[in-house]
Amino acid sequence: MTNNNRLSVWVVVFFTGLSLGWTQDAKREKRKVNHEFEMELEAEYRYFWDDAQFPGQEDHYPSLAIRPDYSMEWNDGYESINFTGFFRWDRDDERTHWDIRELYYQKAKGKWELSLGLKKIYWGVTESNHLVDVINQTDAVETFDGEEKLGQPMAQFSYITDKWGTFDFFYLPYHRKRTFPGDEGRLRFGTVINQDDLGYESGAEEWRQDVALRWKHYFGIFDIGLSHFYGTGREPLFVFDTFGNINAFYPVIHQTGLDLQITHDAFLWKLESIYRNADAQDFVAVVAGLEYTFSNIDGNGLDIGLLGEYLYDERDDLSLNALQNDVFFGSRLAFNDVQDTSILIGGIADLESSSKIFSLEASRRFGSNWRAEVEARIFSSIEDTELILSNFRQDSFLRFTISRFF
Amino acid sequence: MLAAAFVGTAVYAQSAEEKGLQIAKAAEKADEGFGSSIVELKMTLKNKNGQTSERFLTTRTLELTEDGDKSLIVFESPKDVKGTATLTYTHKVGADDQWLYLPSIKRVKRISSNNKSGPFVGSEFAYEDLSSQEVEKYAYKFLKEEGDLLVVEQDPVDPKSGYTRRVVTYNKGKGYRLEKIEFYDRKNALLKTLTYNDYKLYKNKFWRALTFNMVNHQSNKETLLKFSDYNFGAELAEEDFTEVALKRAGS
Repeated sequence: MTNNNRLSVWVVVFFTGLSLGWTQDAKREKRKVNHEFEMELEAEYRYFWDDAQFPGQEDHYPSLAIRPDYSMEWNDGYESINFTGFFRWDRDDERTHWDIRELYYQKAKGKWELSLGLKKIYWGVTESNHLVDVINQTDAVETFDGEEKLGQPMAQFSYITDKWGTFDFFYLPYHRKRTFPGDEGRLRFGTVINQDDLGYESGAEEWRQDVALRWKHYFGIFDIGLSHFYGTGREPLFVFDTFGNINAFYPVIHQTGLDLQITHDAFLWKLESIYRNADAQDFVAVVAGLEYTFSNIDGNGLDIGLLGEYLYDERDDLSLNALQNDVFFGSRLAFNDVQDTSILIGGIADLESSSKIFSLEASRRFGSNWRAEVEARIFSSIEDTELILSNFRQDSFLRFTISRFF
Repeated sequence: MLAAAFVGTAVYAQSAEEKGLQIAKAAEKADEGFGSSIVELKMTLKNKNGQTSERFLTTRTLELTEDGDKSLIVFESPKDVKGTATLTYTHKVGADDQWLYLPSIKRVKRISSNNKSGPFVGSEFAYEDLSSQEVEKYAYKFLKEEGDLLVVEQDPVDPKSGYTRRVVTYNKGKGYRLEKIEFYDRKNALLKTLTYNDYKLYKNKFWRALTFNMVNHQSNKETLLKFSDYNFGAELAEEDFTEVALKRAGS
């Protein structure tokens, strides 16, 4: 929670400044303002059917989450304030957490756009791993796939050129630490990591002023992105001493990323690659693969997509996500029906060992305001030598959620 | 007089194919110069038992003359997909370019425009029914004329289309606006009928139907589109049809 308290201070200071400037502007020009408020209430139940590996861990995790969303738009939508909040209650105290996912002011004019505040940015093209996506910290207690992110304080300036694509400049004044499951939580290491135990390489700690740049363009069937990040990394670096003790900290990194997609007929060819450089670490990682969709195969809209990706990480065993030399395969079924029913099944297999992770994600809308989801992750034949994954080998789970939208 | 006589002869000598193409071009020309538009629409899906469900969308269109139009569609409801948006660059020749924005993870994904015949969000409209209607996308054959109504057969050039042909009724007296389209499936059986109603004339030139009704004769399902007033005054530019704008529209 300490992390969040610091975050609130940041938000208050920032928006007091912003609102002073903005109120005067609003007085000058009376414009039509649109307000929208929405909210999602979610009931979740996670069940881990294998006996826990570490003391304190439970089998059943009922949980509740709320996601309020407010936006205010004026100047024909070219100016807005957007807010998305988040709160979850869970049996695991560390998974009981709140966050401001987004709270930012945005202004667009002609070829440029400016965003100030907490925001979420996504970069990349692949499905099984998100290497180049480096701006936001992962909300690691929220989901296993790492796609939930914490709101990142930033100033983002985008510039659209006629012939040279789009340039994005990021100023990132504050680093947010990753959250980890507590004593009662599953999907954790043998030693419970408290996020406050992790220090920083930089003397400025979380206030190190970081920067990032991205260029994105498309030429016919090619979509290409090049990015560079310089600052405190989002991924902590784990160093194990000879006694097996873990020393973990957030290093200052340079990361250059490339993402490329070629969209040719029903084929999507994808590549993501990064080169990360820090004092204690220097490595390359790659994800490459393809997606092919057989569309409307039954004449009723059923699409079947096939996915295959290869994952490589030079860090080998120390790769935090354990995807060092693996193959991902999967299939996406989209029914394109009134309820938007979809199913994604997949598996990741380690090419050097027997370790495999299987997954299933399915969702369907009921009526116009309800949505149900099922997720399953199965850790299969995880080898003892897996530094990271061996901690999760008893953590196969089923997850059900029902959401009501207001 | 001589010129008029010459034109008259030319029309007389026209084949059904040439006349069909000429009508399609006349319809395109009649709608030229709208610049850009913004419209909100309500889509009502009705199954064969009469049960309905609704979607609300906003569509922005930018007219381009050298290549096909650009469009940006944003979902306002159902609420679980609110903010989902697509950006499409239509091309007169070749596959369209299309990007999808997923608001939950803020991701923009380039998607294949290969899936033309599939249903758009569970409706009776296929993707190809809603994309910009460029003259180059069909081969034409004039069928008949009944007063102001001109009936033309259109055969899709793209083999991935879900139709063998469409039979389109234009209204010559009302700026070549569309009155009806009949869609024939790959087996050449009548699949769907789209009728355009509640026409409104904008800027004394541009006809816009405020109601579309698509009936599927094979499944007995129906989709109704009800449009709000069109806004032709927003003066949208190329920048409003970029990935940056796509993300902004869906946020």
